[in-house]
Amino acid sequence: MSYETFSKEQIQYLKRIKSRNRSIVILRIMLFVVFLAVWEAAASLKWIDPFIFSSPGRITATLSRLYIDGSLWTHVFTTLCETVAGFLLGTAAGVLIAVILWSSDTFSKVLEPYLVVANALPKIALGPVFIVWLGAGPLAIITVALTISLIVTVLEVYTGFKQTDCEKIRLVQSLGANRGQILTKVVLPSSFPVVMNSLKVNVGLSWVGVIVGEFLVSKAGLGYLIVYGGQVFQLDLVMASVVILSLLAAIMYFGVQILEKKIAGRY
Amino acid sequence: MIPAVKLEKVNKRYHTPEGEISALEDISFSVGEGEFVGIVGPSGCGKTTLLSIISGLLEPSGGKVFIFGEESYGVNPKIGYMLQRDSLFEWRTIYKNVMLGLEIQNQVTAENISGINELLTKYGLNAFRDNYPSQLSGGMRQRAALIRTLAVNPKILLLDEAFSALDYQTRLAVNDDIYNIIKKEGKTAIMVTHDIAEAISMSERLYVLSRRPGTIKLSVDINLSIENRTPLLSRKAPEFRQYFDMIWKELDIHVL
Ligand SMILES: Nc1ncnc2c1ncn2[C@@H]1O[C@H](COP(=O)(O)OP(=O)(O)OP(=O)(O)O)[C@@H](O)[C@H]1O
Ligand SMILES: [Mg+2]
Repeated sequence: MSYETFSKEQIQYLKRIKSRNRSIVILRIMLFVVFLAVWEAAASLKWIDPFIFSSPGRITATLSRLYIDGSLWTHVFTTLCETVAGFLLGTAAGVLIAVILWSSDTFSKVLEPYLVVANALPKIALGPVFIVWLGAGPLAIITVALTISLIVTVLEVYTGFKQTDCEKIRLVQSLGANRGQILTKVVLPSSFPVVMNSLKVNVGLSWVGVIVGEFLVSKAGLGYLIVYGGQVFQLDLVMASVVILSLLAAIMYFGVQILEKKIAGRY
Repeated sequence: MIPAVKLEKVNKRYHTPEGEISALEDISFSVGEGEFVGIVGPSGCGKTTLLSIISGLLEPSGGKVFIFGEESYGVNPKIGYMLQRDSLFEWRTIYKNVMLGLEIQNQVTAENISGINELLTKYGLNAFRDNYPSQLSGGMRQRAALIRTLAVNPKILLLDEAFSALDYQTRLAVNDDIYNIIKKEGKTAIMVTHDIAEAISMSERLYVLSRRPGTIKLSVDINLSIENRTPLLSRKAPEFRQYFDMIWKELDIHVL
């Protein structure tokens, strides 16, 4: 296929798409700017109480204070490490368990009701248990994050595995493939989109797990800052932490997306 | 001469919680080396089951399968199986797709790779080796699937309605194409189809299966008075019509 010779209509069509995309980006930025401006104005004109609702200016000031006294990095680093650890462990263990379930029909049938219940259970409820078992520290927090993403990953990835096209499995079997080869040549690659999808969901879940974990225990981290800010009625601190949190979550999400593109082109 | 494929009183019953289904009953036939044999039968009569049993993917409930004189258990590397759909892996390039069998059988050697390259060139897919299956036409995909099957150098080919996904024109062309490839490579072939004309045009012998449970109702040797037969030429043979009518009658298809 070649796109070298474009007709007039084609050029116009491409132009239309381009200008449409551009206006969408502009609108997105405008929405953000307007939101900030209204918030700031409302706060400084005392339509809302800046002490409770904070304001972009106050948040920026808080951020720069945290930056100058050096505590910003400690908190960000703590939370980030816990989240990445929880995310990686939860996803890896989830995929691994899904593989084990896939490898034995009996096993997966036996475990099915337990998985369903475990999925319905709010994993946060186990937080205090982990704290008692693992101590009031990062280990307990990581475990909470891991548990939250684990069961969803198992169920989702396992369902993906089961939906592998039977004809493709028959095909590799007819070529003499063993169980392991069926897994690596057909089941895993054809479930790639499902795995990637659960990776993206897990990014969000791991943040939830870590923040909740930090609410429960912890002497550092963004979750700690939020709880602390709430207790001493420093809403600026809470808001500032939320801002950092959304930035980090977005970065991690796009990281996964880039990873997806990278792998998709290669496997 | 030892037949390439020999079936002795093969039968197959499927067991399901709802009950037992007898899919095949008392199937015996043999196919000589280099022969092209067709199997036709009404839908659901057990054609795919039969090929799966020959390939070793499925165990017969009774009876024996011999491949080149040896009783066969399990998947046999001498047999290449083209399934009802081309099942190319959409995440692999054409080249990677045709490499699949060699990868699985741990036979990625320089010699085999050059064999694959030869096949790709010979059958007009070399320019598309780095394309993905979705970028190929139906006929090209079918050819890619055939090369994937040939890559591991099977002696016997099983084709299960390999052309049913194609439109009529393409199908005729691909029939010729694939027939020539199989003949040129000197393979034994067993082809399942429910297209009577396709079966007659390609086969040297034809088995007609009855409705389920499938039994061999009739065996027909196809002798056409044309030289250098190809599927397309065969359709123009004077005897073609008679064979067609005879098999049509045997198939006993009712449209309600
Ligand atoms: N795994 C299975 N379990 C139970 N019954 C089966 C199974 N596979 C096939 N059957 C039944 O056995 C019969 C023969 O199936 P088969 O797929 O061999 O038919 P076919 O001749 O290839 O049909 P078609 O022309 O539609 O491809 C069918 O009635 C089908 O319902
Ligand atoms: Mg079939």
